[in-house]
Amino acid sequence: MLLQRIADTDLFSSLRDMQRLQQQLSRLMSVEKWPSTQEFPPINVWTSENGAIARTEIPGIDPNDIEISLVNDSLTIKGSRNPEIPQEELTCHRQERGHGQFTRSLQLPFRVEGDEVQAHFSNGVLEITLPRAKADQPRKIGVISE
Amino acid sequence: MPTELMETNKVEAVQNGTEQTRTNKVFIPRTDIYESKDHLLLMADMPGVRQDAVDITLEHNILTIYGRVETPKVEEYGLTYAEYGIGDYRRVFTLSNEIDRDGIQASVKNGVLKLVLPKSKNALPRKITVQTA
Repeated sequence: MLLQRIADTDLFSSLRDMQRLQQQLSRLMSVEKWPSTQEFPPINVWTSENGAIARTEIPGIDPNDIEISLVNDSLTIKGSRNPEIPQEELTCHRQERGHGQFTRSLQLPFRVEGDEVQAHFSNGVLEITLPRAKADQPRKIGVISE
Repeated sequence: MPTELMETNKVEAVQNGTEQTRTNKVFIPRTDIYESKDHLLLMADMPGVRQDAVDITLEHNILTIYGRVETPKVEEYGLTYAEYGIGDYRRVFTLSNEIDRDGIQASVKNGVLKLVLPKSKNALPRKITVQTA
């Protein structure tokens, strides 16, 4: 049956379909590079010699309801998203957005300069800048020749 | 830890045959839809989308929502760990009710799109009283 369908359609368009399928397949196969998690909220981390930037997507939450704490090298984000069920009589057709409390901890590969940590929240994305502790930064050591 | 939060992985939108001109990813935003007597209420999670970066089109009864995400640039830093993909949001709904186009209200707050679609007057349910002869 499949053979017949391929034979029916124009050869080039089925080739294109196959290429598209291949792309989707290889994207599925390469999923290990992007560790998928069921935890909320999902976090992306950018790092450099001088520190790290963590971004997390928490849409629909009031920035004042987010609690960020830092102990040594571990960062904890806490908060809760309240269900925005409107007051009036409404019938629900579709409910895909979750709500409830969440806590996530992240261990960083270095110590953090606690006083210089900054957090920004815009359009549902929380960005935390974590500068590496000065004492922990890589140092260049000059060799003295005698 | 009690948590009702569901799967967080974003689902990528697959468009049959058509491709984007830009190479970025497109995700399906998680959406809640409610209906009342006189309007439909739609709420969609679109983290990273600004109020002015949302396109809403209603053609016949096909509602398309599209939210553009500006790819955040992180200079001098390299992405070392990633749990979510970055891309635009797109979703298409077929509406069963007739909508009053002029009364549509859309707003974005903290990355959530809220769309109020009032039903058109002609489509509102009418009570018909039965007259006794």
